[in-house]
Amino acid sequence: MEGFPILSLMLLVPLVGALLCMFVNASTARWVALIATLIDLVLGIILWASFDIGGAQWQFTERANLFAGFEYKLGIDGIALMLIMLSVFLMPICILASWTSITKRVGEYMAAFLAMELLMIGVFAAQDIMLFYIFFEAGLIPMYLIIGIWGGADRIYASFKFFLYTLLGSVVMLIAMLWMINTAGTGDIPTLLQYDFPPEAQTWLWLAFFASFAVKMPMWPVHTWLPAAHVQAPTAGSVILAGVLLKLGGYGFIRFSLPMFPEASAQFMWLVFGLSMVAVVVTSLIALVQHDMKKLIAYSSVAHMAIVTAGLFAFNSQGIEGAMVMMLSHGLVSGALFLCVGVIYDRLHTREIDRYGGLATNMPRYALFFMLFTMASIGLPGTSGFVAEFISLAGVYQASSTTTFVLTTGIILGAGYMLYLYRRVVFGEQKNADAAAMPDLNAREWLMLAPVAAAVLWMGVYPESFLAPMRTDIAAIEARIARAAPQGDAELVAGKPNAHEANYIAGEHGTGEHGSGEGEHGGSDGTEGEH
Amino acid sequence: MDYATSFGRVIPELVLTGSGLVLLMIAAFGGEKASRLVSILAAVALGLAAALTIPALANGAGGESASAFYGQISADAYSSFAKLLIYLAAIACLMIAPAFFTRLRSMRPEYPVLVVFATLGMSIMVSATDLMTLYVGLELNSLSAYVLASFLRNDSRSAEAGLKYFVLGALASGILLYGISLTYGFTGTTSFAGIRAAQEAGLSTGALFGLIFVLAGLAFKISAVPFHMWTPDVYEGAPTPVTTFFATAPKVAAIALTARVALDAFGSQADAWRQIVIFAALASIVVGALGAIGQNNLKRLLAYSSINNVGFILIGLAAATPAGTSAMLFYLAVYVVMSLGSFAGILMLRNGDGDNLETFDDIAGLSSTRPAIAWCLLILMFSLAGIPPLMGFFAKLEVFRAVVEADLIPLAVIGIAASVIGAFYYIKFVKVMFFDEAVDRVTKSATASQWAILGICTILISPVGWFLSRGLETMTTAAAAGLFAGV
Repeated sequence: MEGFPILSLMLLVPLVGALLCMFVNASTARWVALIATLIDLVLGIILWASFDIGGAQWQFTERANLFAGFEYKLGIDGIALMLIMLSVFLMPICILASWTSITKRVGEYMAAFLAMELLMIGVFAAQDIMLFYIFFEAGLIPMYLIIGIWGGADRIYASFKFFLYTLLGSVVMLIAMLWMINTAGTGDIPTLLQYDFPPEAQTWLWLAFFASFAVKMPMWPVHTWLPAAHVQAPTAGSVILAGVLLKLGGYGFIRFSLPMFPEASAQFMWLVFGLSMVAVVVTSLIALVQHDMKKLIAYSSVAHMAIVTAGLFAFNSQGIEGAMVMMLSHGLVSGALFLCVGVIYDRLHTREIDRYGGLATNMPRYALFFMLFTMASIGLPGTSGFVAEFISLAGVYQASSTTTFVLTTGIILGAGYMLYLYRRVVFGEQKNADAAAMPDLNAREWLMLAPVAAAVLWMGVYPESFLAPMRTDIAAIEARIARAAPQGDAELVAGKPNAHEANYIAGEHGTGEHGSGEGEHGGSDGTEGEH
Repeated sequence: MDYATSFGRVIPELVLTGSGLVLLMIAAFGGEKASRLVSILAAVALGLAAALTIPALANGAGGESASAFYGQISADAYSSFAKLLIYLAAIACLMIAPAFFTRLRSMRPEYPVLVVFATLGMSIMVSATDLMTLYVGLELNSLSAYVLASFLRNDSRSAEAGLKYFVLGALASGILLYGISLTYGFTGTTSFAGIRAAQEAGLSTGALFGLIFVLAGLAFKISAVPFHMWTPDVYEGAPTPVTTFFATAPKVAAIALTARVALDAFGSQADAWRQIVIFAALASIVVGALGAIGQNNLKRLLAYSSINNVGFILIGLAAATPAGTSAMLFYLAVYVVMSLGSFAGILMLRNGDGDNLETFDDIAGLSSTRPAIAWCLLILMFSLAGIPPLMGFFAKLEVFRAVVEADLIPLAVIGIAASVIGAFYYIKFVKVMFFDEAVDRVTKSATASQWAILGICTILISPVGWFLSRGLETMTTAAAAGLFAGV
């Protein structure tokens, strides 16, 4: 499908915006960045609308043989589409979140964010493995600057830790990629997805990719860069970090590790499950004792990401679908939680939980939004968090009931630390006068929080909109890894469901005769279900 | 083969010889007033020589058809590519120098003349296919370089650098000569083709010693670990334009020469020298990275950075394949651009009195006082660290691709993991410029030629350079093919 190069255009818009931002004054830079991100959002919506669900696996493909060593090749499937949507949706919100809180070097700040947007879209759209790596790694530069220049007091330590940690994780993956290109004779991702590497080589390749994605994810015990980076980054930086950058690890697993190395993935399933179980329990407990709001949410991110990894390695489409929904949901919810922290941080300039209290009195609208996102983080039915946790845990259950048991305790602990946080910040008496004097949300903050709230509810009530584009791609991955799928311990046996739902009225769908009540029900159809 | 053909093949060298001698006369009679004229003429001569090397590269000359003077010199595509790189780097070094020397009232016409003669020596080095020619070229280059290092006669640091460079360079030359004599003794010839043929059957212990001594002598010239100790001192002490020159042109020449000796003369015994090269490569990467961490002087830091980069270039050599050689040349080209840019950036750091600043303390918060320089240096530093999407990453990618194709996976894994250590001080450079409080010491504006070099280098290594990568790869592939045509 060689049509209008919409993906290249989506890369070009932030690039032009970023270059422009470098040379204009602060207020112009804000508007340039906002307009560029909104154009990308519109393009993203066009992309989603014209995505042919159930059509070709790779759509909007583009290729140009411009460079030595790798090809410029773009194209997306449903999984990439959803993650691109998440990125372009969060970006204008990030720009709004930085509208007043960033006052120094605004042009450079906006340029760094637009560069991030370009790179994230590039990562999800790249169809050449080298191009993927370039976008994947290049994100280090703008993120390093965002944390280092506009971060909090301890920003230098955090920025170094972030940079070196993620770089060390990724470089070995580069060698693995070069080996794959050399062996398979191509760096084309769709071709590599069908290429069977010898199982003994898969083990090494899987480990090399795991080193990179586990750090990006981040998985316990290589998660320690995340709380440091989150706490020091400016609000919008945290949103991007939690909302999109953490998804790179999960995307890597789903795009590379699982379909390219199915045997090795099966071999290491227990490693992933083990780390996920530890992560959920340990980081949830750590989150319980935090005094810093951002740190608490950062640790909760690690716990949620552990459910993603477990879901991915459940080797069934339910687990993978759940993991994908979890990534989207977490992107929205934790992004929104960071925004909520940012809103009060902008007013009081502290993230210390004890400095707040009783905000429900003076900031009722804020309290409402904060509650919605808290509940979504816990996984209350009706919010996206519930859908995500339910589907992924149902998937994991088929593979391992023990793991599911441990992961479920994480949800209880999650409810514990989130409600505890909410109670201390929003309820209780107004012990701090300055906190009690804070004004409620302004129009800009409404603009930031309302769209995210709508998306969270939409995903919670009708997740099918988000699952539909991904379904065939996830089914393809399941088919690909089926040959290596380990035997699950739950040994679920599918029941024999009734052919029709309980309130079925035979005549209604029958031929000719108009249905006339229960009398005709029960015949041959009913008995079939009894067995 | 008649002499006319031979002379026809060394026209670039003849141009440099002739113009070098003429410029020497102008310098002798014109005195200091002539410096500007001599500089311009030298740059023109180098540009002419560069233009004259292009045909051989474009034709992909190699083997017998490129050989001159009975196998003494080979004007093949390989040497042409190296020469092109050397000439362009030398022109850049001539361009950035006047502003620096004029302020110290020591801009003398000898500088361009010495650069021309050093460049001539390098031309001979990269074209040599006989140990004798090799040595002549090497010494012509080295002798000019010793004088250049101590060019600021009244500055004790400069004199010290020249003396150090001379003493240690003489030692290295001795080691190299000893290796050459052993090799000659055990093979009975000094021509590369003859040595290769003689070692076809096997390597005697004596010949192995010859090989080791030759490589040790050359390792000194390319400042590979463990023969790197002189580099930080000389780079720090020498005048910055001269340091720029040392870090670029002679580096290209010495590496191209080393590769030719290894792949041509000792090409039949690749397994014997590969382990030496692998050790030198990994040791250079690690020492170059660790040594730089504690440095406060930017020139010393870049000296360690160049040691570090040489390690990656040697990884390409260790592959001992045409692809590896091509990757090595690709890396060299990118490295030259990155070094030129970084040193040009450092040359532009001057305080109100015009004094050059060269420590970390001076550039704190540079991004808020001089954003243009700071952003260019940021791009250069991330490129040196090998972070995509900059060309430094591209160069590393080419090298590691060649090594993986040659099935040296452990070398690739260790090499790339060690590159993370180096990333630390490159991002520290960025941290000082961007995260620290501004001290605002850099106040003097730079000259147009320095801006031009910095700007061009930054653009070349930015993603814009990707579009040139295809052309560059075509050239390096042709150059590597030219080298292997004679093997």
